[in-house]
Amino acid sequence: MTRDRYGFLLLLHAEWTKFRTVRGWVTGTVAAALLVVLFAVLAGIGGGDGGPDVPVGPDGGPVTDSFYLVHRPLTGDGSVTAAVSAPRSSLPRGLADLRPGRVPWSKAGLIIKAGTRQGSPYAAIMLTGGHGVRMQDGYTRDTAGPAGAAPRWLRLDRSGEEVTGLASADGTHWTRVGTVRVRGLGTTVLGGPFVASPPAVRGMGTSGSVSTAVFEDLHAEGGWADGKWKGEQVGPRSPTFSGYPRNVAGSVAEEGGRLTVTGAGDIAPAVRASLPTGGTLGEILTGAFAALVAVVVIGTQFITSEYRGSLIHLTLAAAPRRGRVLAAKAIVLWTVTFAAGLVGAAVAVPVGGRLARASGVYVFPVAFATELRVVAGIAALLATASVLALAVGAVLRHGAGAVSAVVVGIVLPYVLVAIPFMPAGVSNWAARVTPAAAFAVQQTLVPYDQVASVYTPYEGYYPLPPWAGLGVLAGYAAAALAVAAVLLHRRDA
Amino acid sequence: MRAALHAEWTKLRTVAAPRWLLLGAIAATAALGAGAAWAAASVDGGATTVPSLIGVRLGQAPVAVLGVLVIGGEYGTGMIRATLAATPRRTAVLAAKAVVLTGAVAPAGAVAVLGSAAAERLILPAADGPTPRAIGGSVLYLVLIALLGLGVAAIVRDAASGAGAVLALLYLLPVLTRAIGGPRWLQRIGPAGPDGPWTGLGVTAGWAAAALLVGGLLLHVRDA
Repeated sequence: MTRDRYGFLLLLHAEWTKFRTVRGWVTGTVAAALLVVLFAVLAGIGGGDGGPDVPVGPDGGPVTDSFYLVHRPLTGDGSVTAAVSAPRSSLPRGLADLRPGRVPWSKAGLIIKAGTRQGSPYAAIMLTGGHGVRMQDGYTRDTAGPAGAAPRWLRLDRSGEEVTGLASADGTHWTRVGTVRVRGLGTTVLGGPFVASPPAVRGMGTSGSVSTAVFEDLHAEGGWADGKWKGEQVGPRSPTFSGYPRNVAGSVAEEGGRLTVTGAGDIAPAVRASLPTGGTLGEILTGAFAALVAVVVIGTQFITSEYRGSLIHLTLAAAPRRGRVLAAKAIVLWTVTFAAGLVGAAVAVPVGGRLARASGVYVFPVAFATELRVVAGIAALLATASVLALAVGAVLRHGAGAVSAVVVGIVLPYVLVAIPFMPAGVSNWAARVTPAAAFAVQQTLVPYDQVASVYTPYEGYYPLPPWAGLGVLAGYAAAALAVAAVLLHRRDA
Repeated sequence: MRAALHAEWTKLRTVAAPRWLLLGAIAATAALGAGAAWAAASVDGGATTVPSLIGVRLGQAPVAVLGVLVIGGEYGTGMIRATLAATPRRTAVLAAKAVVLTGAVAPAGAVAVLGSAAAERLILPAADGPTPRAIGGSVLYLVLIALLGLGVAAIVRDAASGAGAVLALLYLLPVLTRAIGGPRWLQRIGPAGPDGPWTGLGVTAGWAAAALLVGGLLLHVRDA
């Protein structure tokens, strides 16, 4: 071992000794970990208001499965064809006043579904308000069809578990949009026209809409049961369906072979705006904010207290290469804070999640690997924030100023994006360039192209991928450390 | 008391930090207010309502830090011993600090809030703009936040911890209580108030008074 490296190990040991022998810092670090756990427990037992179960799709994720279905049973193989007009949508303005509006993902088309139970498997071909012909299945899969103007002839062809969607501009020349294998469809299924009309994004929120479409030339071939087409609202009461606007209901009317169908709702994966009662890991880990302030105070004091007590003279006399003193402090601080944060988050996530589920809150499901990423990410966030505080403390040599700068720099952008009025552009910008970007590590929700919604940090959707967000904070910490090293070198202590 | 006031005023006016913090509070309040109004105007023609005087949420941070520094800084440098030797009546020291702090924050806060209101009116002429009552309330709110900082720093006797504690009260309590979702009263007890500065003013005043009371009591009882 070279003398140099041995010297650095001694330096690390010296800084570790300083840290562990100040009772306030040790208590503060332990308290930070406990705060993470405490708030997870409080969030867990806060509880929900019960209510109906959240519908769950074939792959276990929460779904919206509420729409107006006009159906007949189909046993075995068969197909259904119709000429579908583009859905016309209406949005409420004020109380009980519907005005025509644009709902890009309103859907009118044909569906084959295992049953009317919410979350049951299906495949559908549809004409949308603003995205042309689509074929969708399994709630999350979406395929674009040929472009062109409405009306469109659509056909759904079922053969065993395979469902093929076709589209045509004239009813004679058909284009295949897709063939999908729908598991668990069963022998007898329901099929026919449907209309769905998801909430439209308006400003910073969403508001319910309703859409109407006309189906002409409807005919069914194969094993369809005889009888009339029967209209029914699938999933009328559901946590993922906010219901119809006032004074409107789903309906079907027949007149001279034309079916006019009105419906609301959606067939899609649930997102935060459509399942507002759902909890996320980020909410269970809210205690990280409290812990953040504690570790920032400790990180700052780790250097500013040396100036106050003039211990810095002794420290720098013992280790004249000042940059290495700073590096040793940063390493010790990062490691200790990371360990404390890791323990806190590793206890908080399973405990908080279990308590929340036990008290009737639906928690958005996450893979185990994601859970690990969130736990390690929160620990890294706390550790990196404390190093940033150390560096800012070394630059300012002033405890209160450094604490305020770091807390305001990290927490205030988060508080600002947490104001629901904040325009999406502004909050996404804040969650991209400020140190608060690091909160992306707790993201567990996935945005979907085929679901128009409010994807803002407030709703739990961050513009940066998890580790990139943490990288932004690490960048700030590294820059601050570099400035601190230069100033420490230049200035008299 | 008069001498104590004069001493505190001299201390406040001859150091650079208070001036910068107050200027920072003015700039932050006006800048965030203007930024939010501009963002709302550019998104959908001003149809979105921006909470009026939102800039106060940023401007309160430097004001709180100033409150913390007025006594926390003295503990850091050991100056507090000289102060208490000169004015043995400790509650008088704290009272003088509170008065001087109020005198400094009130005019700066008025400039900050009026600047923010003017910026909002310029950018969003269609909006109603803040009422005189809201403007007055926001200035009072900033004063109370400074006093809260003073009280908390007198309790913890350290500038860094004091700043951490006050900022946690201001920014974290709303986030935490909302996440817990618990009883409604819990969401109303934070010093930053439930829906903006004006409505929660009574609560803010309660916090400031409690912090000053406890701080004064501890200052009286403990050795410095």
